[in-house]
Amino acid sequence: MAQVLDAGDDLRQVIGEGARLPAARDREVEGLSEEDLLRLYRDLILLRTFDERSVVYHRQGRIGTYAIFWNHEAMQAGSAFALQRSDWIFPSYRESAIGLLRGMPASTVLSWWRGHPAGWWNPADYNVASICVPIATHVPHAAGLAWGKRLRGENSCAIVYFGDGATSEGSFHEGANFAAVMRAPLILFCNNNHWAISTPLEAQTKAESLAAKAAGYGMPGVRVDGTDVLAVYEATREAVERARAGDGPTFIEAVSYRTAPHATADDPTAYIDMERVEEERKRECVGRYEAYLQRLGVLTDEHVQQVRAEAVDLMREGIAAAEAEPPADPALLFDNTFVDPPASFERDLDELRRILG
Amino acid sequence: MAELTVVEAINDCFHVELARDDDVMVMGEDVGRAGGVFRATAGLRDRFGPDRCVDTPLAEAGIMGSAVGLCMAGFRPVVEMQYDAFSYPGLDQLITHVGRYRWRTGGRMEFPLTIRMPYGGGVRAPELHDDSPETYYVHTPGVKVAIPSTPADAKGLLAAAIRDPDPVVVLEPKLHYRTLRGEVPEGEHVVPLGTARLAREGTDVTLVAYGSMVPLSEHVAKALAGEASVEVLDIRSLKPLDEDALLASVAKTGRVVIVQEAPRTCGYAAELAAIIAEKAIFDLQGPVLRVTGYDVPYPYWQLEDAYMPSVERVTAAVRRLLD
Repeated sequence: MAQVLDAGDDLRQVIGEGARLPAARDREVEGLSEEDLLRLYRDLILLRTFDERSVVYHRQGRIGTYAIFWNHEAMQAGSAFALQRSDWIFPSYRESAIGLLRGMPASTVLSWWRGHPAGWWNPADYNVASICVPIATHVPHAAGLAWGKRLRGENSCAIVYFGDGATSEGSFHEGANFAAVMRAPLILFCNNNHWAISTPLEAQTKAESLAAKAAGYGMPGVRVDGTDVLAVYEATREAVERARAGDGPTFIEAVSYRTAPHATADDPTAYIDMERVEEERKRECVGRYEAYLQRLGVLTDEHVQQVRAEAVDLMREGIAAAEAEPPADPALLFDNTFVDPPASFERDLDELRRILG
Repeated sequence: MAELTVVEAINDCFHVELARDDDVMVMGEDVGRAGGVFRATAGLRDRFGPDRCVDTPLAEAGIMGSAVGLCMAGFRPVVEMQYDAFSYPGLDQLITHVGRYRWRTGGRMEFPLTIRMPYGGGVRAPELHDDSPETYYVHTPGVKVAIPSTPADAKGLLAAAIRDPDPVVVLEPKLHYRTLRGEVPEGEHVVPLGTARLAREGTDVTLVAYGSMVPLSEHVAKALAGEASVEVLDIRSLKPLDEDALLASVAKTGRVVIVQEAPRTCGYAAELAAIIAEKAIFDLQGPVLRVTGYDVPYPYWQLEDAYMPSVERVTAAVRRLLD
């Protein structure tokens, strides 16, 4: 079984309770106001609610196969909170709902999981790239975009999300190397949840840590407790500062544990130690942050209820809007492949319409 | 008009297009300091700077993938794959992203990416410097493909690719990079994608070809001049295809030989033959014949003359149709 911590004690933490390293005590992140802390809470709840409702929608047959991100919310919300709106996000399928933090309607993401073209969006509307389904192939995209931003003299940066398994892919290597060589303002954010479907971390790499790989690219590699939203935020903020200062990319390894199936089609009981999962669920990221805020005295029960209710409403509206989408027109098969489509597309569509009646 | 070789025409195109549009940038292995292993990008780094003619790490998927990101940042990258067979690591990006990304955004974001590479054999090169991979590209949705055979088209089709709002792959016949000279219009010169070129008019048989098979076909047509009137159609834009030009020539001659350097099975010639069968079967006086490379790995160069479609093989096919 994979270890929680297999290398050193260099794991950044802010929230004491539930921390991966022993004897950690609560501390505060400099520069975060009470309002910031509560906004971060709202972001976490938004993502958690999206995830939990989506699993239900899947069971109800209202969305298709869905990649669960339960207990990954701190990695997503904490890192995204360190960005400006002008910075770009490159999600994998595990971060499917991260656009919600940029104001993307829940119906868009739900439509994507429903396999409906209403799940298409213009990346430039949110500075959120399309969801990348193949593993790590979006790392070079993020490197290229960030490099392009530097060439244009813009002060924005990019973040790209991928899992531990992705670090075995050639695309990860090529993208990381490109980013470093081109001094691209990029954060390579690895959510190390220790599992690539059924393949454990130790079958993925012999490296002492995933962050250790960063040295091979000439960029800093930092490790952070992935279920500690403030530690994630703080580490990402530093990486963003480096990026904006022209110092190039940073690799962040956020250490967590996958406490849910890979996706709705997966049954992890066949390969995972469920006792370990139960133990990990006790330190799940939303509850940890909630308890931290309560210790700080900035979170009231009333506020909790209100934020949760708002998130549930948003999802209710989201699924209703997604389900209200009219059936996809067959013309959409052909419409968006080329700016200037070949004549054969029109003939194919005409024939298809005749046959469909 | 200037008299240029194919590779000089490509270089000329770059100088014109980079001067014309600040968003155009060239990137690839050895394209900057060296000006490309064939000198197609010579002088660009000095003239436009190292950020517009970029020596990249040696990583074809990284080049192709970062070019996707550059498109998202508003650039029009032109990537060089150093050789045909070196482009295969880039196929991952091409298939999973380059051809799909615009579609995935519901048509809201453009990816004006150009991918160019020298292709084909006959140059006595080591293994995997000789392939004809056009079918992989043509078969990928969302990607256009052009293959010039003359210096003027090498410039004009590349310019069209660079200006096109969609991804375009341009394969350049390296066999004729320096052996073929021709008149090339100076300054801006664009040959629209989707237009074939009638390389030689004839009435008895049509040789359909593209790239380095066009000069070969012209040679055969000339050699057969007293015996048969042979038309040579240079397809030059494989996708989109100028179907009208193809069918018009078939209607005229009724006899077709398609010449293709790539291996036979499921090659581009098969697609052309299928189109002719679907749309012009009653115009035909005989079967549609193919002269192609064989379904084997492109051989070591001591065997390449036996692999490549030759004057003799094409001539034999023409005679078979005329008998």
